[in-house]
Amino acid sequence: MKILVVDDEQDIQTLFEQRFRREIREELFSFAFCFSGEEALTFLNNNHSEAMLILSDINMPGMSGLELLRQVRENSPEPPPFIMMITAYGNAENYEAAMSLGANDFLHKPVDFAALKHKLMEML
Amino acid sequence: MDELLPQIAITIVVVQILRKRLNTAKLVPDWDRVLSKIWIGSIAWFLLTFIPFLEFLSALFAEVIFLIILITLYLLRDHKTARLLALAVVPYAVVDFVSNTVETLVPWLWQKTEMFLDSAGGFSAMWMIGFGIYAFIQSNKEHKQRKLEEERLRIAEERRNRLEHLVEERTEALMQQKNDLEKALDNLKAAQDQLVQSEKMASLGELTAGIAHEIQNPLNFVNNFSELSVELANELQEELEKPVPDKNVVLDLITDLVQNQGKINNHGKRAANIVTGMLQHSRAGSGKKEPTDINALADEYLRLSYHGLRAKNKEFNAKMITEFDPSIGVVEVVPQDMGRVLLNLINNAFYAVSQKKQEQSTLLNNNSQYEPSVKVSSRRSGKGMIEMVVADNGTGVPPEVAAKIFQPFFTTKPSGQGTGLGLSLAYDIVTKGHGGSLLVQSVEGEGTTFTIRIPEKNTAQ
Repeated sequence: MKILVVDDEQDIQTLFEQRFRREIREELFSFAFCFSGEEALTFLNNNHSEAMLILSDINMPGMSGLELLRQVRENSPEPPPFIMMITAYGNAENYEAAMSLGANDFLHKPVDFAALKHKLMEML
Repeated sequence: MDELLPQIAITIVVVQILRKRLNTAKLVPDWDRVLSKIWIGSIAWFLLTFIPFLEFLSALFAEVIFLIILITLYLLRDHKTARLLALAVVPYAVVDFVSNTVETLVPWLWQKTEMFLDSAGGFSAMWMIGFGIYAFIQSNKEHKQRKLEEERLRIAEERRNRLEHLVEERTEALMQQKNDLEKALDNLKAAQDQLVQSEKMASLGELTAGIAHEIQNPLNFVNNFSELSVELANELQEELEKPVPDKNVVLDLITDLVQNQGKINNHGKRAANIVTGMLQHSRAGSGKKEPTDINALADEYLRLSYHGLRAKNKEFNAKMITEFDPSIGVVEVVPQDMGRVLLNLINNAFYAVSQKKQEQSTLLNNNSQYEPSVKVSSRRSGKGMIEMVVADNGTGVPPEVAAKIFQPFFTTKPSGQGTGLGLSLAYDIVTKGHGGSLLVQSVEGEGTTFTIRIPEKNTAQ
């Protein structure tokens, strides 16, 4: 399963690669990383329907995660990707906005990697 | 002697009437005292006539009384009634005096002129009575008129009093209004202070939210990488405990461990920088002001910044221009704080020009002769203010960014490269610390100019 992670923190790549090192080694998951919303949109256009799951931060400079979510849902690629939003501000407003824009799930920072791994394994 | 009693009676009545009518008590008080005792005098006079050789006094009584009345009228000659009465009385008094004198002193003349003098006396008596009545009528009229006048005056006075009262009332109302307004103004000032305070609190709240967000990310990395490092170390141990450890696996694990320690360190420093920046914020303006050569200070920090950047990036280069007004000698500033502000502005300027240089170099077939330059200048701007200007020809910022540029944690630099506290701190130092202002002017793609304006003689806290 191809997973696209969108976050402005570059070290998120190392973090995910280490956290999911066994799953990556066993080729259960493959990760792609984008460091802005704009970059993610370009990636999605260039790699049509490759990403089954998008994990995106909400608070990013430039295009926010919510804007990315809106645009992805608007472009409606087939099959529709599963989208999880992540935010440090785990407030109701962000949650409502993400859900109304068509997010499938909502995670809080700090990310509980054990729980995330569990969720991802279930989706396989 | 028989005629004397009625004369006395008439005298007392007439004098009383005169006193009242002519208002002698008020107009000639000394003389009035004489008039008020006239009855005593009259009775004494009457008794004196009983003394044998003083009998002649009886005939003189009328003359004396006339004299007293004439004196009274003379004293009151400024008053119309008195003049009229004088006109009435004088002829009779003269005729009476003459005929008495003649009768007593030259009896032979008296016999010859008795008829004439008698009729003159009659005429003058009638004249006196007629004119007296006329005088009284006039005086009555006058009296009435005076009453009317007094009444008018009283009404006018009353009206004046009412007006005065009204004016007083209005004045009081106005004073009340003025006091109310002053109170309202005080309230407004208090509200404004409160607003400023709550603005500060809000910015503290913003700051706290910003801190939470800014510090949470590096701390999350520290936590994650340290947890992972424990896992990796365990794996390393497991691998080494194998009879034949895979050297590649061991090396990979060690590489990851080293990388993680580096990341933990980086993110730890990042969090520490944010905390340091906040501490500097809270200390802004607490330093001591000293007379400082501001031109030398700016020059020093310009060099410091330039060499600092050169040390980090050998390829970095930019033109430095200084244009100091030599007439600006020493200015009272907190040298460390103002140095920090200048360093921050100059660092930003170098950053902006190096960004632009990078942008230009990534453009294909770029032939533009972009020459990065940073200019620091000083000048007097009047009213005892001086200006320190840091201008660059770098990337510039759009107006929406310029509007937020002094907000804490606002940064356009990539995550981890700036705390977003530098300019906000600079703003605090210049405004609160030095009673000045910090202005930004920017044209996107062309450059940015920051202007520090501070008073030469600093009186701010």
